[in-house]
Amino acid sequence: MRGSACSSAWFSGIDMNIIVCIKQVPETTEVRINPETNTLMREGVKSIINPFDMYAIEEGVRLKEKVGGKVTVLTMGPPQAEAALKEAISLGADEAVLLSDRAFAGSDTWATSYTLAAGVRKLKEYDLIICGKQASDGDTAQVGPGIATHLDIPQVTYVKKIEEVKDKTIRVERMTEEGYEVIESSLPLLITVVKEINTPRMPSLRGLMRSKQAKITVLGVKDLDVEATHLGLCGSPTQVAKIFTPPARPEGEKIEGTAEEIAVKLAEILKREK
Amino acid sequence: MDYLFTEEQKMIRDLCRQIAREKIAPIAAEYDRSEKFPHEAIKIIADSDLFAIFVPVEYGGTGGGVLDLSIATEELSRACGGIAVCYAASALGTFPIVLFGNDQQKKKYLPDLAKGKTIAAFGVTEPEAGSDASAIKTTAEKKGDYYILNGTKHFIDNGGEAGIYTIIAMSDRNKGARGASAFIVEKGTPGFTFGKKEDKLGIRASVTSELIFSDCKIPKENLIAKEGMGFIVTMKTFDMSRPGVAAQALGIAQGALDVAVKYARERRQFGKSIASFQGIQWMLADMATKIEASRSLIYSCAKMIDSGNTNVAKESAMAKLFASDTAMQVSTDAVQILGGYGYMRDYPAEKYMRDAKITQIYEGTNQIQRNIIALQLIREAAK
Repeated sequence: MRGSACSSAWFSGIDMNIIVCIKQVPETTEVRINPETNTLMREGVKSIINPFDMYAIEEGVRLKEKVGGKVTVLTMGPPQAEAALKEAISLGADEAVLLSDRAFAGSDTWATSYTLAAGVRKLKEYDLIICGKQASDGDTAQVGPGIATHLDIPQVTYVKKIEEVKDKTIRVERMTEEGYEVIESSLPLLITVVKEINTPRMPSLRGLMRSKQAKITVLGVKDLDVEATHLGLCGSPTQVAKIFTPPARPEGEKIEGTAEEIAVKLAEILKREK
Repeated sequence: MDYLFTEEQKMIRDLCRQIAREKIAPIAAEYDRSEKFPHEAIKIIADSDLFAIFVPVEYGGTGGGVLDLSIATEELSRACGGIAVCYAASALGTFPIVLFGNDQQKKKYLPDLAKGKTIAAFGVTEPEAGSDASAIKTTAEKKGDYYILNGTKHFIDNGGEAGIYTIIAMSDRNKGARGASAFIVEKGTPGFTFGKKEDKLGIRASVTSELIFSDCKIPKENLIAKEGMGFIVTMKTFDMSRPGVAAQALGIAQGALDVAVKYARERRQFGKSIASFQGIQWMLADMATKIEASRSLIYSCAKMIDSGNTNVAKESAMAKLFASDTAMQVSTDAVQILGGYGYMRDYPAEKYMRDAKITQIYEGTNQIQRNIIALQLIREAAK
């Protein structure tokens, strides 16, 4: 089932259904790993919304404020992930859905994106799915693209700006290491966003009051159209052998001096590296 | 201490604490140096609905009470007394409309003030009318459907930045204090300009300016309450706002204590952290105790006002007096604990000391507060 795209244009006031997928992560960057299962250990660590997802929430809310519509936040996690959804509501999201079931525990990125895609299908109507570029605990950057693949919709990763939303199309800027690409796509579309896209707002008093009273929809295995064998630890094809932080890329060389000196030095380097 | 806040009050506290920590603390020193108006911080405060706290629900606010406003002011002041006063001064300028404005005035002005689309200022002080507010010389002469304002107000917080001004002027000079009236004046009204911008010891992120009225013609609909009500409007406004000044002082004191405790734990002399010395410990203990006593007094007074009690002159004077004297003493002690570093602008202690001083002076000097308290004691005894 494909999401039904409704017509929308910049500042048109026509409703747009936006889904923002978020993840609750441990606040500390020093994530502990269970050595037996090689999965994240969450006990005793304060949980926050994945920092990259804060940009996704903000972009969704900004888009809604421009074109009208609704922002639904979606997450998969234990019951306490409700706190992350409530926080998203305090930041301007309208509705929240939690996918929570013991059967989802231990999911890798494949099983997670499979489950989240099933959650999106359950929501039926959507025009745009926004994810943070990656989570601060796992750092895989795979779940966003995975959701798009499971839903069979186009995706653009590392979006740094939404340029324009028109009738059934969207134009975005995708950040690359050298600059950026301008990509136009049909809707529905999934994007993952980088921190350059906006500055997330502070919560508002009215948002906090709304979030306090907000009712979170909780969906389990029975509520979703999913294959049980594709869920949780058992449904996860990934076998983690070892987790480590890769060495940082070496810094580039900065050439300084007058234009002439720079040209000479650059020519020397190019000759040497030939 | 647990003050048994409502859920909403806890939200206000936590939200303001987050804004103070993440958005105000990092820019406080910069605005203190540049003395520029903190537009970016005010926008964040506005977008977070904090200007809505002191506006009734039916006019676009959240209908919070004096305690809610005190909590917000305290938390914001903990990071910067200057930025916080831009906020609190808007509440001060808004109170006369909330308390005495008619429905039409409330509908016209309060929704934008609640959104923080514009801020307010309150103008009573003049060069020759400080503690003696009855000495004001600014006049409001009625001519047909208008009042013509002439005169100069000075030391007005948010002057020049505010869009809405509540101004006290003499509509009948012969009646003395009973001849004063309160008016709403919009920025941009012909004949209304801004004079000198003050260069201040502390609260430098706030703007304090002269307001000049020169044949400034305002519609008669802008009269608040009735002619001759100017001083009652002023006194009732101050009764409401005094816990707010006290809360500002409290926040400054708490911020100074935070700095002092952190430094005392980190600073090592004679091979130990200075927090291990009893001399420092006793200072910190006294500072913390006075702060908590101020807090209890302010919250109790605010709750009294929120319960509808209008006979609060003594209590709100006590809260303002005690909290501001505490702020001055605690911030001075914080500088002392930081020693040479405390005296340097690269460290945050001295700013708290400079910001604290004004709280003993404005909205009634602490000497005037003592007069109010004593007068009330004598009146009570005479009953």
